[in-house]
Amino acid sequence: MTDQTDARALLDASGVAKSFGAVRALTDASLSVNAGEVVALMGANGAGKSTFVKILTGALRPDRGRVLIRGQEARVGSPAEARASGLVPVYQEPSLIPDLTVAENLRLTDTPVDPFRAYVDDLGIANLRLGALIHSLPLATLRIFDLARALASDPDVLLLDEMTAALPTDLVERVLKVVRARADAGSGVIYISHRFTEISALCDRAVVLRDGRTVGDLAIEEGVEDRVVELMLGARIDLGRRAGLAHAEARTGTPRLKVRNLAAAPKLTDVSFDLHPGEVLGVVALEGQGQDELFDVLSGFRRATGGTLEVDGTPESFGHPADAIARGLTFVPGDRAHALLAERSVRENIALPFAARIRNWGPLKLRHERDRVAHAIEKLQIDTRAQGEVRRLSGGNQQKVTIGRWLATGVETLLLFDPTRGIDVRTKRQIYPLVRELAANRSAVLFYTSELEEVPLACDRAVVIFNGRTVAEIDASEADEQTLMRAAYGLAEEGAA
Amino acid sequence: MSAILRAHAWSIGLAILFLALLGLAKVIQPSFGITGLESLARAALPFAFATAAMAVVVIVGGIDLSVASMMAVASVTAAVLMQTMPAVPAIVITLAAGALMGAINGGLIVVTRVPDIVATLAMLFVWEGVALLILNAPGGTAADWLENTIRGSFVIPGLPKALVLMTVCVAVVWVPLKRSKLGLSIYATGSHENAAFRSGVAVGKTRIAAYAVCGLFAAMGGLSLTMLTGIGEPVPGPYLMASVAAVVLGGVVLGGGIGGLLGPIIAVFILRIIRTILTLAAVDPNVTTIVEGTIMVAVVMLGALVMMRGRETV
Amino acid sequence: MSSAPDTQDHTPPLVRVGRFLGDNPMIPLLVLLAALIGVLEIMRPGIVSPFWAGNTIKFAIPLAMLAACQMLTMLTAGIDLSAAVVATVAGFVVATVSPLHGDGAGIAVALLAAAAVGLVNGFGVGVARVHPLIMTLGTGLIATGCLQVYQRLVIATGSDIPDMLEWLGTGRTAGLPNGLFLFVPFAAIILLGLRFTGFGRLLFALGSNEHAAKLSGTRSWQVYIALYLLSALIAGITGLLYVGMIRAPSLSLANPLLLPSVAAAVIGGTSIFGGRGSYAGAIVGALILTVLGTLLTLLQMPEGARRILFGAIILAVTALYVRFTESR
Repeated sequence: MTDQTDARALLDASGVAKSFGAVRALTDASLSVNAGEVVALMGANGAGKSTFVKILTGALRPDRGRVLIRGQEARVGSPAEARASGLVPVYQEPSLIPDLTVAENLRLTDTPVDPFRAYVDDLGIANLRLGALIHSLPLATLRIFDLARALASDPDVLLLDEMTAALPTDLVERVLKVVRARADAGSGVIYISHRFTEISALCDRAVVLRDGRTVGDLAIEEGVEDRVVELMLGARIDLGRRAGLAHAEARTGTPRLKVRNLAAAPKLTDVSFDLHPGEVLGVVALEGQGQDELFDVLSGFRRATGGTLEVDGTPESFGHPADAIARGLTFVPGDRAHALLAERSVRENIALPFAARIRNWGPLKLRHERDRVAHAIEKLQIDTRAQGEVRRLSGGNQQKVTIGRWLATGVETLLLFDPTRGIDVRTKRQIYPLVRELAANRSAVLFYTSELEEVPLACDRAVVIFNGRTVAEIDASEADEQTLMRAAYGLAEEGAA
Repeated sequence: MSAILRAHAWSIGLAILFLALLGLAKVIQPSFGITGLESLARAALPFAFATAAMAVVVIVGGIDLSVASMMAVASVTAAVLMQTMPAVPAIVITLAAGALMGAINGGLIVVTRVPDIVATLAMLFVWEGVALLILNAPGGTAADWLENTIRGSFVIPGLPKALVLMTVCVAVVWVPLKRSKLGLSIYATGSHENAAFRSGVAVGKTRIAAYAVCGLFAAMGGLSLTMLTGIGEPVPGPYLMASVAAVVLGGVVLGGGIGGLLGPIIAVFILRIIRTILTLAAVDPNVTTIVEGTIMVAVVMLGALVMMRGRETV
Repeated sequence: MSSAPDTQDHTPPLVRVGRFLGDNPMIPLLVLLAALIGVLEIMRPGIVSPFWAGNTIKFAIPLAMLAACQMLTMLTAGIDLSAAVVATVAGFVVATVSPLHGDGAGIAVALLAAAAVGLVNGFGVGVARVHPLIMTLGTGLIATGCLQVYQRLVIATGSDIPDMLEWLGTGRTAGLPNGLFLFVPFAAIILLGLRFTGFGRLLFALGSNEHAAKLSGTRSWQVYIALYLLSALIAGITGLLYVGMIRAPSLSLANPLLLPSVAAAVIGGTSIFGGRGSYAGAIVGALILTVLGTLLTLLQMPEGARRILFGAIILAVTALYVRFTESR
């Protein structure tokens, strides 16, 4: 454990809080980095990591708390100012300008060329061409360039956000070596990653974030993984009891969905599973492991680049969500903003699919619509006091509207992408039984969730996706959070290998 | 490197197309020669400036629908000023007014956060109104020597003065700009605004500067109109659609970050010579307008389709 | 009933006022209209009479119909800058075809020409995904070119306006302009159609959130083609009415109505960003602009200042809208 007021602290953030409307993303986040240290920042999905990073780098202003850099209150109002104060971030998405050359990108940030060249060499990219256009380069090279550019600007504190994602193993080793050397030379490094192997190889400490607050600050030593996983999971909230029973007999006959070696470049590489009528199949994955692409392919927003999809035994490739809907695959996306007409009424939002086809462009069947909508509202117990505009509903009620849309049209296969993200416990407790009830009525449900404790509550089985591949299939009875978390971090696989 | 070559290849290809069309003009009408070239360059003058103006804001990721209206303001301003003062101060004032109009457009977009296409649509009407207030019917005057700067050939016959003047004016502004940090920021903002912001570019200021440069080029366009006709014309000409089409045909991608001014300006000459050829072929001038309009719309449509394709593959 | 709290607690007052006016755009609009009429009466006592009212309505009708084109396309975050040209084309065609082939044929050809422009617009916007503003501006230019060519072809035939259109455009029944016989059913169809048809729903849906509409199975290109076709047909019908009113077909017949039609829709509370708008508002907007026009004429406001005013209104209203909705 470290002393928060350490005079050597290069960066010291304490008591940072930030809310977005009613959502409290951060309540009490703290982090300090000393010279010569590499500190891992860890947290499960939705713990507030990305908000914290944005505050540290000046993209957001905190509501409370302070960020000190070299003991000076950092008044970071923009990324430019954060840079000037000595903190240089390397984001998950490279911040190089795609239509400019490497040299022009260096000039834009006033980065000296020679150190950049030296770092690129150290990091293992041979024959650097400064005249190459950024968008013509592969992603791995760009991440290396982004890192080299950050290093060349001689930062006090370097913040690396998922730096090694999408990097081949040999480059990862080089990166770890260079970053370690940089820290040994007196810089501080904040290292954000999901990969325990890298963290134990590189980092001195791990700061764990959960529900918007810092819950642990541990030295990296043997067996720290279990302790970190424990901290990330935290105390359980009672989410109710499992409703309904698994239908073991359901897993016979033709599956509703048969997915084999499905790929969607670049993130989804090889996913296979069966989903039977009457079953709820959980999908477990850390952020950005290809689950977004999987749901996009199944819902018709994107074509697969490989593999096959069969619906009730017929091969399918959807070019438009309308095709998927015609085959009974209906999608509730993770971001409610993508699904709702914010300024329209609950009724119009739920009835939207009724009007989609040309033959329904004429006069509305108002009575039919009213009945179906009323049915969905009742079933989901949507609070309709604020009827006028959906954007005035609470998050939980908005989510119910997006689900209610498909209840009103009739569900065959429901694709739920993280339906409980950012909504209240009460609504969550209503959603699990609903999902079970759909399954009991022979619907098939694919249920991605970022909250692992939901898996045993709602699902019969779960597939785990890591790095774009299905790495495990776990029965609900064995799907405790430890098991799922280890699988999601690819730990089970490493143990086996 | 190959991508840079490809960008230049586009301009080279356009130039070859232009030469081929010149040849075609000669075949259709053997008397087409130096005079024809000179009048072609003169006619292209306002279009070239309008296109340069449009290209700068498209590169920064925007669009300015008020280009033709700003040209009208500049045209009447110069024509009215030259009634009472020598040409040089009148030109300086007009150019400054152009940059100011552009900066106002950019400033309104940045401050109000109204999308550029809507904000500049409103400003199209405002500048149109301003031009009418300055001069409610064609009038004013232009210094005589001005007309001579664009009439005839420069040093060698067949090198129209109008072309030389245009090249010099555009280059004086664009070459130093493109080499400066501001120029880099303009491309960066248009290419990927978020990445530019993260790289420390002052995105808002960059955008205002780009619109100011657009206004400056539009003012040059307006001046060229006054030089061509000898009077100020308060009603905006058909430069908006033409400039958008030339910009797209010239290899600047709607959406920003890619392209330069060379391609669009060659594209202007291509669109102009198509008109000349149709005229030489004794096609009804009104039909020519239709053909021209259709080419422009088709170019813009193709540009949009290509951009969509590009988005999908990236 | 759920315990979910209302989320309105922290809204700043300015936003709340904006929201209220956004919900009830008719209130400030009608107040503004009444105020303008009041000012007019003060400036020139006695001017406001039943005859004046009839005249105002008569001139507001074509404007309100073209405003329908703008309002409908704006619902999907579009705009139809070819509407005025299409109206001109329809008016000119009907006046030149009718004397040769009869009134029915004249009207049919006029509307066919309008529909052709609409289809091209719809294809460009819906399939090629060109920004509607650029697309309709371009087709407007082409249509103008075609009209010029057409005029040279028919220069000898002379023109005549079908009696029915003249009756609609200039006649009065019980002091009210006959144009209302066309306009009242038209407005009713638009108002009811937006509320009670699937197509109306989709217009709001596309403008509000195209992704959500796609997610629900809407193929947006189909809607765009139908929408721009509809807009062009409305513009065509407006042209027929307008040529009956002006009684002199020309190549720039309805063109001066373009800018006011955009302004009428924007003043009437239609968001240029899509998803929000009402035709009732646009109708009042057209009345306001017509009265404002009378006022500016009385003030001897030059044409230039008028345009500046219209441009400023569009920008100011849009900027206010952005301000109000930003806190979302």
